[in-house]
Amino acid sequence: MVSPLVFWIVAGITIIAALAVVNLTNLIHSALWLIVAFVGVAITYLILEAEFLAAVQIIVYAGAIAILIVFGVMLTRRGDIRESNLFNNYRLAGGLISLGLMATIVTMVVKTQWAIDVAAVPANSVGLLAQNLLGQFVIPFEIAAMLLLVALVGAIIIAKEVRD
Amino acid sequence: MENLFVNISGALRGWFTGMGLPPMAVEAIMALVFLVAILAFVLLNVVYLVYLERKLSAYMQQRLGPNRVGPRGLFQTLLDVLKLFGKEDIIPNAADRWVFRLAAILVMVPAIMAFAVVPFGQGMIAVDLNIGIFYFVAVSSTATIAFLMAGWGSNNKWALLGGMRTVAQMVSYELPMVLSLLGVVMLAGSLRISDIMAAQKTVWFVVLQPVAFLIYLVASTAELNRQPFDLPEGEQELTAGPFTEYSGMRYALFFLAEYTNMIAVSAIAATLFLGGPQGPWLPSWLWFVIKVYVMIGIYMWFRWTFPRIRMDHLLAFNWKFLVPLSLANVLVTGIGLEIYKWFQTIRW
Amino acid sequence: MEQYLALGIFLVVALVFGVVVLVVAGLVRPKKPSPEKLSTYECGLETQGPTWVQFKISYFMYALVFLIFDVETIFLYPWAVQFQKFGIFAFVEMIIFIGILVVGLWYAWKEGALEWL
Repeated sequence: MVSPLVFWIVAGITIIAALAVVNLTNLIHSALWLIVAFVGVAITYLILEAEFLAAVQIIVYAGAIAILIVFGVMLTRRGDIRESNLFNNYRLAGGLISLGLMATIVTMVVKTQWAIDVAAVPANSVGLLAQNLLGQFVIPFEIAAMLLLVALVGAIIIAKEVRD
Repeated sequence: MENLFVNISGALRGWFTGMGLPPMAVEAIMALVFLVAILAFVLLNVVYLVYLERKLSAYMQQRLGPNRVGPRGLFQTLLDVLKLFGKEDIIPNAADRWVFRLAAILVMVPAIMAFAVVPFGQGMIAVDLNIGIFYFVAVSSTATIAFLMAGWGSNNKWALLGGMRTVAQMVSYELPMVLSLLGVVMLAGSLRISDIMAAQKTVWFVVLQPVAFLIYLVASTAELNRQPFDLPEGEQELTAGPFTEYSGMRYALFFLAEYTNMIAVSAIAATLFLGGPQGPWLPSWLWFVIKVYVMIGIYMWFRWTFPRIRMDHLLAFNWKFLVPLSLANVLVTGIGLEIYKWFQTIRW
Repeated sequence: MEQYLALGIFLVVALVFGVVVLVVAGLVRPKKPSPEKLSTYECGLETQGPTWVQFKISYFMYALVFLIFDVETIFLYPWAVQFQKFGIFAFVEMIIFIGILVVGLWYAWKEGALEWL
């Protein structure tokens, strides 16, 4: 099979991209590397044969959120953009929190019993997704809409303050 | 004639399998063969689309257009391409060099990737994905990134303004485009391109979804940054928008991507609304080319019919008209389908 | 899996395509840079001030509203695929879902987030 090799290459690229996001001093460069990391995650979904999720990852993260971040940077930027993403005094605290988070995730991953399903992915997986969304999980689904609405309203209120 | 290309690909596949290659390698080589064929088709068409566009524009303005190079000027764009190869590649000192360089390379990626799901004929889809049309949506949503990189990387005021406008425009018009495709998906009940084609055996979706077709037409013109939505590169105000600092082959790549995208968008329109590669008498792939050219003709016609609109009008038109309209179209399609279902359950 | 392999080949070749074109052009094109040529174009004048400055908030607003509706369309696609197999109940659920987000659009409209100026 090809996929283990492909997986390691993609995982390597994703991690390098993620490191670049943190370490580069130019915020726009960081944002562009973030897109690479997002695309890497999308390819990982493809390797898992979750094609709908991969497309969603591309549309929402690589397409929309990346643009939002760049516009946000352009909006708030004052001073030299080339030195806009430097390390600051929170380096130690941030590192500790990240380490804690990582330890938690690693513990979870190691402790979980992963059930590996070798059955083929159903052709109509998108339709099955809709059946679950609008059947069993309809309440969380509608709450997601409310969440989006609240996010939109909140962001507009904050942005209005910036404008005025 | 009908199965000409299908037979060629079948013969090649048989030949590669006969050479004792593992199935995975055969698939990989076949994908490469499809890709080369697609690239050849696209590049050849782009060269003559530029010529066609110049000729059409000329005739619409009662001019002659290119007519010096070769018979009726047929070699004009071919030689233009050769000339661009010999042009110096200038990267301004102030530019963010890697972002500037990469933008020209990345702009072609979504344009080429979109063709993976284009059905050039009956059984002539390179990759018939389960999520077919959704894949197209995903790929075309990344097209903005290259424009943003070009605009920002140039470190030029025209380029940055053009880049930001391009992104604002493309992002806004993506919504009505994506929403207009929903009506088609609801009717076909599948995202797979071959299923959508099969669902149009009797009636083209342009008949059942006229509003969606019009929305798609308008929104895709804006996605292509073509007139009347060419504000990002409006030459009277922004020089050349995000491409201001580009020259030589690097500029040509942007130009190429624009026309490649036009073919891709027209191909998707032909597939989703005009029945795809189906039609009487002629072979399916010929029908497909004809339909694609009809769509391209419409885009070129737009160009000399509507004047450029203002930025605030452009965005207001999208958010206050097209988006609500495309949502309403989804709703009406849903109600229509429910009524249709209800009619079928009645025993007369 | 073969399909994704084909997509991967498309991605790689699409990336290589631009590089090849530029390398080929690099073999034949001249290279005679001069300070004038390499300066930033600004209608023939010296560039005034930095380019990368603070931008208009409108851009951010549009991107924000876009993001919300983009996520909405993600939910709409699976529903549209399955629409004909669903009953009227799923349709009503989706109308509620869209309705909630249309309230958001109405709010953005009312608050002037969709105004360019």
